Amino acid sequence: MQLQHVNVKFLVQNPEEVDLEPLIPVFHGWIQEQPGGEELLLDIADYRHVPAGPGVVLIGHQGNYSVDNTDNRLGVRYNRKAALEGSNIECLKQAARAALLALQRLEADPRLKGKLRFNGRDVEVFVNDRLIAPNTEATREAFGADLRKFLQQMFRGGEFSVSYASDPRKLFTAFVKAAQIFSVADLLDALA
Amino acid sequence: MKVSNSQWAEKLSGKMPEHLAREIDIFETEVALRISGKIDERLFAETRLRKGIYGQRYDNGQRHNGKKVQQIPYPSGELTKGPSTMWDAPGMQRIKIPGGGMNAEQLETMADLAEEYSDGIAHVTTRQDFQLHYIHIDDTPSLMRRLAAANITTREACGNSVRNITACPYAGVCQDEAFDVTPYSRAMAKFLLGHPDVQNFGRKFKPAFSGCSQHACGLTSLHDMGMIAVTRNENGVEERGFETYVGGGLGAVPYHAKLFDDFVPLGELLPLTQAISRVFARLGEKKNRSRARIKFLIQDLGIEKFRELVLEERKTLPSDPRWAEFAKEGEAFQELPLHPGGKPPLLGTEKFQRWAKNNTRPQRQQGYVVVTIALPLGDITSNQLRALADIARRFTRETVRTTVEQNMVLRWVSQSDLVEVHKALEAAELAAPGAGTIIDVATCPGTDTCKLGISSSRGLAGELRKRLTEKNFQLDEAVNNLHIKISGCFNSCGQHHVSDLGFYGVSRKMAGYAVPHFQVVLGGQWENNGNSYGLPVIAIPSKNIPEAVSRLTGRYAENRKNGECFRDFTARIGKVELKKMLEDLTRLPADPSDRSFFSDWGDPREYGLSDMGVGECAGEVVSATDFGLAAAERELFEAQVAWESGQIKQAGEASYQSMLRAAKALVEIETPVVGNDSEEIVREFRARYFDTQKFFDPFAGGKFAEYLFAAHQNADRPYTQDSARYLIDEAQLFIDAAHNCYNRIGAPAIV
Repeated sequence: MQLQHVNVKFLVQNPEEVDLEPLIPVFHGWIQEQPGGEELLLDIADYRHVPAGPGVVLIGHQGNYSVDNTDNRLGVRYNRKAALEGSNIECLKQAARAALLALQRLEADPRLKGKLRFNGRDVEVFVNDRLIAPNTEATREAFGADLRKFLQQMFRGGEFSVSYASDPRKLFTAFVKAAQIFSVADLLDALA
Repeated sequence: MKVSNSQWAEKLSGKMPEHLAREIDIFETEVALRISGKIDERLFAETRLRKGIYGQRYDNGQRHNGKKVQQIPYPSGELTKGPSTMWDAPGMQRIKIPGGGMNAEQLETMADLAEEYSDGIAHVTTRQDFQLHYIHIDDTPSLMRRLAAANITTREACGNSVRNITACPYAGVCQDEAFDVTPYSRAMAKFLLGHPDVQNFGRKFKPAFSGCSQHACGLTSLHDMGMIAVTRNENGVEERGFETYVGGGLGAVPYHAKLFDDFVPLGELLPLTQAISRVFARLGEKKNRSRARIKFLIQDLGIEKFRELVLEERKTLPSDPRWAEFAKEGEAFQELPLHPGGKPPLLGTEKFQRWAKNNTRPQRQQGYVVVTIALPLGDITSNQLRALADIARRFTRETVRTTVEQNMVLRWVSQSDLVEVHKALEAAELAAPGAGTIIDVATCPGTDTCKLGISSSRGLAGELRKRLTEKNFQLDEAVNNLHIKISGCFNSCGQHHVSDLGFYGVSRKMAGYAVPHFQVVLGGQWENNGNSYGLPVIAIPSKNIPEAVSRLTGRYAENRKNGECFRDFTARIGKVELKKMLEDLTRLPADPSDRSFFSDWGDPREYGLSDMGVGECAGEVVSATDFGLAAAERELFEAQVAWESGQIKQAGEASYQSMLRAAKALVEIETPVVGNDSEEIVREFRARYFDTQKFFDPFAGGKFAEYLFAAHQNADRPYTQDSARYLIDEAQLFIDAAHNCYNRIGAPAIV
């Protein structure tokens, strides 16, 4: 199975303390700077008014970045839209690195007052294409080994658990919980 | 963009209606031909528009990033999908939902598409459509195939064709309707889709059905063709038919639909629609888009002549067996409940009671209610759509509809199930109370995604919703029942004319900078199918609109007389007094370091394209042009007051004079000495601003200047109540355009 359109989301700590409003000027700044290498950043979609919604989305051509509150689980999410070449593990690493780099910038941005921080443990992985990866047992079997290899590398061989979304209508979704706490820098180093 | 795009045709083979599958195959070929340069960009633009694929803001390849205009280097380079519309630029997909009716599978399909091709949000429009934003053109054939497999088409969702046919979402269950219009609206939608007689219009054509005349659910007054269900007795036998109206429309200058026939029998409705379409296609304006809606044709011909032409055309139509089938649709159609009807719950939490108060409505069938799901700004997530599909299956026979208030309704809910339905909606975060109240603000996309947006209608709507929700339960009951509707520009997609409190986006220059504003529109009426249109009272900076709402609603709560509706209250108080109580809100904050007014709600970028320095913002810097435009606004306001007091002649003359005054203000930027001779002002304005296209709106072109030329040409004609009213609206648009022109040319300020 060749994965594409991988999404990775890193959940934040104390989500009730995070104010999404300052993200809007922050994301506008990113559009001005275009810091994402090959990525072209285009626009901002503000869905703060939608409960358990996509939050604030930075729309890009190759991928979207968001501080996403889907299922009331607030996190920094990268949604890869353009096709990638390379193995499944490389696709997973690309999406994870993009989300982590965004998270690192947000953690350091003074406008967010240090409130938006990775909780150290919880990661969600989605495949945003039902034809490539329907949310089925077969996909879990086909994709599970690559997912585990990727997670082992990201968590430097540390323990973690994986569970899956059960509703077959949902995107293929893996909920990952690391046994120990990691910082964003730890994870980026591990994926370098 | 999606790597799976090439596989959907095969995957869904046999699941799509054949004609839709074929159309999408053809469209995919056209996409390929455009990529290889074998189709002209204009032709491709109309082709995609007729599939509901719109452009979105910044699709011309540039965006003001708050500091400067930034070119957007899209990977596909110079390839376009229409004039000045870059191929890779995200676009909008509009999806027609006839009568707003959806089943569970269709909700799930919408959920999947929003997630996979858009940003996880599906947006319900004020015409019962869905819109998905940030869609790549390459993904549209797959998206359309997946919709087709769920029996939904995007065909003619845009372009110069018959748009979504809307219908009252309570049809069939309403206490006050003559009969259920659902089957007829669906049959008409099917009949007209792709019909040869509707392919050659100069502009769009929007039909709507309503089951009664007194409620607003169908909004027939503001449609190109509006049908209201009526019955008559012939020899003791009840016969169904439609009171039929034509030539309504909002847009920049709103028109009330005119009565065409007070009873069109069922068997005559389709041929009549065909005949109307043929006359519109034959005689309607084609070149000048701003005069191409059927309302202008009817205005020019007069309703009597138009009726005569249509009835003549009707005689020439070859008979079609579908006309007679249409009459039988009502007999065949039946919508049934899943569960037996029940009694209203005796108990319930306070939360439940609050929700039930505005979000449920008894059906005419005893024991059942319609549940309204209030969607904030019309937005719903993919997960919520799936949850709603589950709820629709669990409690009903999947009887869900979208509404023109950008909500969704679940019909045929047994009262015995109501507590459980509320719990299920609550679990899906779909149990927001206050449906149809002042917090349930309707809005178009505005500057968020629309290319025509002037001010942030969604930003303002979000802010008003937040503030009003905070004090919702302390609000006076009469205030609570008011409607707020917002458009990002004069085009009225937010239906601001038919609201208690309407707003539309304009810009004004203040202290040398462009400042986002909204015109406050009062006097509109939502009830009676939107039968009364409001008029602008005053333009206020966006950031002061919440305070304006607070003052207007506060005054209404304090001063209204027994049972007085808001429209009657504003008429009694009078425009002069209303303007007086809002006038101080037109000013900038005294503190010159407060820059908040120079950006819009939810968008921190400095509004507009000004490159003037911060230090020049002093608050009292005013140019002669500012004075001239302010005088024009004042004169127009006097015209409104005159019109409302029945002084039609004065209203018409003052409107015309206000346009001349605004034109003169612009002319004097270039040539300081201009007399008061109207010929000279119009001549100079034409030479300096129209012929040079300096006055042209980026999207509307010279439309607003033509209002001045027409008013000047007709200055000696007597004014009627209608013509004076249209002239007031046109003058307002002309003055707004003069402000925009002034902003664009950046005339130097003087102290």
